[in-house]
Amino acid sequence: MSTPNRRPPPSLTPWLFLAPAILFFSVYVIYPVIQSVMISFLDWDGLGEKTWVGFENYRDLLDDPSFYTSLKNNVIWLLLYLAAVPAGLAVALFLNQSVFGIRLYKSLFFFPFVISNVVVGLIFSWFYAPNLGLLPNILDWLFGTPIAVLAEEDLVTYGIIAAGLWPQIAYCMILYLTGLNSINSELIEAGRLDNAKGFSMLWYVVLPQLRPATFIAVVVTVIGALRSFDLIAIMTSGGPYGSSRVLSYFMFEQSLSEYGTAMGYGAAIAVVLFAIMLVFISLFIVRMLAQERNA
Amino acid sequence: MFPTPIENSSSLIRIGYKVILPIALFLWLLPLLGIAFTSIRPAADLDAGNYFGWPSNFAGVENYTSVFTRSNIGYYILNSFKVTIPTVIGTLILSTLAGYALAIYNFRSNLIIFFLFVAGNFVPFQILAIPVRDLSIDMGLYDTSIGLIMFHIAFQTGFCTLFMRNFIKALPVVLIESARVEGVNDWKIFYYIVLPLVRPAIAALAVLVFTFIWNDFFWATIMSQSVSVRPITAGISELKGQWKAAWELIAAASIIAALPPVAMFFMMQKHFIAGLTLGATKG
Repeated sequence: MSTPNRRPPPSLTPWLFLAPAILFFSVYVIYPVIQSVMISFLDWDGLGEKTWVGFENYRDLLDDPSFYTSLKNNVIWLLLYLAAVPAGLAVALFLNQSVFGIRLYKSLFFFPFVISNVVVGLIFSWFYAPNLGLLPNILDWLFGTPIAVLAEEDLVTYGIIAAGLWPQIAYCMILYLTGLNSINSELIEAGRLDNAKGFSMLWYVVLPQLRPATFIAVVVTVIGALRSFDLIAIMTSGGPYGSSRVLSYFMFEQSLSEYGTAMGYGAAIAVVLFAIMLVFISLFIVRMLAQERNA
Repeated sequence: MFPTPIENSSSLIRIGYKVILPIALFLWLLPLLGIAFTSIRPAADLDAGNYFGWPSNFAGVENYTSVFTRSNIGYYILNSFKVTIPTVIGTLILSTLAGYALAIYNFRSNLIIFFLFVAGNFVPFQILAIPVRDLSIDMGLYDTSIGLIMFHIAFQTGFCTLFMRNFIKALPVVLIESARVEGVNDWKIFYYIVLPLVRPAIAALAVLVFTFIWNDFFWATIMSQSVSVRPITAGISELKGQWKAAWELIAAASIIAALPPVAMFFMMQKHFIAGLTLGATKG
């Protein structure tokens, strides 16, 4: 990318262009992050007096089994959600043809990403529902044991993740389809002359060229996994017995739901989640910064 | 092209591919087809255990009508539009201005501001929730469409500024430079030169933001309560609780809620994908 000799700016003009965005973003995003960190050191029910309690909320978290359940589920989400990246690549490779009607096929495969997570959650609630759900019926027919996934403490998180993978695979697929579209065909031909085929071609010639797509797919999948909230709220409300909670939902229960008034405690949970995400955000920024420097 | 184009393969593979394609699509969309089928099934079928067989009669009209008569879904849809459309407009204005400033001017804090927008875009909603809700209550904007709009504009501006800035940076600089040499002032350059050129970016972001905001559930849930404000996502999650076993109604409501972004997607597919895949091709 070319960075030409840009004229030294009239000093105020860029700030006038930036002012509205900076104002909104500071008030609604930057400042609230700082405020939440402050609140996490308070004992506060949201209305009454605020008492400074130092790290007590964090110490309480360490003694709270629900915190560990949520954290464990976040890790499971993160690891399994990443399956969307290779799965999306597989679907993209499958669809990267030019047979009649393929464009419509691509659109329809992408479809799950367009509908809201609330609807995806409802669809899968039905899919898993005891008696009338499709899955229990299939399982009953195959093995004679209908399993209501969302009612089993050991299975519920996996069931919700499967629902989340549906739109996420579609997302990764579209990233890879775009990437495959702009692949250098000369390199492919050269690879063919060198007798690269199938998997070795994919591994040594195609994947290196798809690196930007892979990077974005990993970023959006990691962020998506850690942000998971909607599906859990819709499908199980964190149950049964809190076994499908993740940090985001746990925080909601503590501070934002009908009965949630533990603002300090909830803020502490949010800060922990934020700290985890910050690791990934930093990695992302470092890489983008490197790109800017090279540009 | 990779994989090898199917036209160059043996006819067996070609036919096999064309057979597998619809089957794969059918399996992929099976949960959606299931819910669509459920939404046109009479309640009696579900009571009688006819979950997957052919519906005993077509009850689509009844089901969809009773979703509207037995719930406030009409209001919820309207509420969603009332939040979504102003958010799209506001976000586009803010992010086009900011993206222009960050792309065109070299000033010391340029990159820092840019990366603040990028980073802010990835924070978990929960760390914003308590202060944003309190702020909205203090300003009298809790449980109003404006309250939701203001927050959504602010948050979406992060992503959209990133997009706009990169888009404007890739424009031919000669145009802007020569206008400057001619002595055209910065606002005129923005309005007459840059704005017409960023139309594709505006289209892409408009569809994306529309879909994101229409589908938002978290903020809809914590920032609204009344029937006249609740967006559809929060609305139908309530209906699920009310209509516990009436799956034919829940299914119909789900389909209704999904329609606007789906329609948007099919009308503006090219722009939607262009927006979503930003950066997927250049390294």
